[in-house]
Amino acid sequence: MFAAFLQYLFSGLTSGAIYALAGLGFAIIYNASHVINFAQGEFIMIGGMASATLVAAGVPMPLAITLAMIISMAVGVALEKFAIEPARNADVVTIIIITIGASIFMRGAAQIIWDKEFHSLPAFSGEIPIAVLGATLMPQSLWVFGVAAVVIVALWWFFNRTMFGKAMLATSHNRLAAQLVGVGVKKVLLASFALSALLGAVGGIVVTPITFTNYEAGIMLGLKGFSAAVLGGLGNGGGAIVGGLIVGIAEALASGYLSSAYKDAIAFVIILFVLFFMPNGLFGKRGTDRV
Amino acid sequence: MGTLLEIKGLTSHYGRIQALKGIDVTVGEGELVALVGANGAGKTSLLRCISGVQPISGGTISFDGKDITGLAGEKRVPLGISQSPEGRQVFGPMSVEDNLRLGAYIRKGPTIAEDMQRMYEMFPILYKKRELPAGTLSGGQQQMLAIARALMARPRVLLLDEPSMGLAPLLVEEIFQTIVTLKQAGTTIFLVEQNAYAALAIADRGYVLETGSVVLSDSGQALLSNEKVKEAYLGL
Ligand SMILES: Nc1ncnc2c1ncn2[C@@H]1O[C@H](COP(=O)(O)OP(=O)(O)OP(=O)(O)O)[C@@H](O)[C@H]1O
Ligand SMILES: [Mg+2]
Repeated sequence: MFAAFLQYLFSGLTSGAIYALAGLGFAIIYNASHVINFAQGEFIMIGGMASATLVAAGVPMPLAITLAMIISMAVGVALEKFAIEPARNADVVTIIIITIGASIFMRGAAQIIWDKEFHSLPAFSGEIPIAVLGATLMPQSLWVFGVAAVVIVALWWFFNRTMFGKAMLATSHNRLAAQLVGVGVKKVLLASFALSALLGAVGGIVVTPITFTNYEAGIMLGLKGFSAAVLGGLGNGGGAIVGGLIVGIAEALASGYLSSAYKDAIAFVIILFVLFFMPNGLFGKRGTDRV
Repeated sequence: MGTLLEIKGLTSHYGRIQALKGIDVTVGEGELVALVGANGAGKTSLLRCISGVQPISGGTISFDGKDITGLAGEKRVPLGISQSPEGRQVFGPMSVEDNLRLGAYIRKGPTIAEDMQRMYEMFPILYKKRELPAGTLSGGQQQMLAIARALMARPRVLLLDEPSMGLAPLLVEEIFQTIVTLKQAGTTIFLVEQNAYAALAIADRGYVLETGSVVLSDSGQALLSNEKVKEAYLGL
């Protein structure tokens, strides 16, 4: 009984950590621009696909991972430069639709550049399961937890201890005042896309040895990241992390105790529940200027 | 004394609404210049154009002899144009200290900490509350923070947009006293106010703005005793 529960919990925490990173990506872009970037999932896909195919092509793993992160960030920057920036005077809803279009485009491009197959990446430190109180934990799950934790601490440091991070935060609190102290808000927007793409790529890379990836993997991962962000309160970083873990654990328990058919439905149920009953999420305090 | 800020024929629109209809204003080095006018006259629009955060449809702005009409807002701060905006606009959830530090965003080096110290000496209440979120301060304290944040940029001209708005009379007096102190220390100030009496009383020169146009300009004292000004703005 308990062993089964623990097993579901491990699996929920593993995917939850990825949703948390995706949710943080949503939060960062939302804070910089009030745009919900529906291409967030594609950053995860690109990170996974690029690293997997590079390793398969014989590139050493550390180099492949680094390149995959750079590629994803470049895509994030290009998305901002060529799709978001030219439309900066359009209203937020229009820009959100642009991100949906961009996500479709990225999936199409991924299908052409790579293929429709599933790809995997070797686990970083072997596949010998670790026994924990009757349940088993894959070493790669530990990588997922560890990397997510390091990323979260690094983000905290960036936003609270560096001037540019503080400037990004300040821009989210008051754009006009940020401009008046000399913060280049265009630069902030660009940085938010680069950072969100990096977060997505990191999540995609560490989870690919467990879940595999293909050109469409970003759709579900993006939606779950979005539900994490919405549940935590859009724009709230800590909320996105908690939201991600809740979504991950909820879907693991649902597929364990009910049926795995319900796994993907959970995220939708959570999104609908939040939108109907607590539009500001668990920790959000912004008004309801929603789309 | 040289001219620091020179505005010529400035126009600005919100869509089809013209907020500024050809403004000519100059501010000399070390001067305290007041711009007074009623609700909706275009005072805030003018300051936003000077800071480069609002589109200009015509005319020129030059600063220290250099044309900055097309310069991006964030590039004007390093030149020495700093603004305490209408409604204070502090970074509410961030600490008082972070707000001040962000005021010096464009600067580097140890002089930032020294200036922070000077701000705390000028506004001891900010020191007491330095770790609290700026949003928890009272209106008067937020106004002091907004002015201090603008000063942290070490501006060559300080733009103040209605620093007395919504404050109790005692606090208004304190804020105006601060402005006088800053002027005496040599700061160039362009002060925008609805409180025409208090602003003109401390100003070297003043401009009266009506629906987007400058209708009068003279020394502060002369404007105070001008019949039209008395009637329209001083309620005398
Ligand atoms: N965002 C906006 N969109 C459309 N019109 C605007 C906008 N902001 C200001 N206006 C208009 O521009 C004109 C000038 O406004 P502005 O805020 O510059 O006046 P002000 O003198 O600062 O007034 P107040 O004393 O109320 O602060 C007004 O007629 C106002 O209605
Ligand atoms: Mg105004």
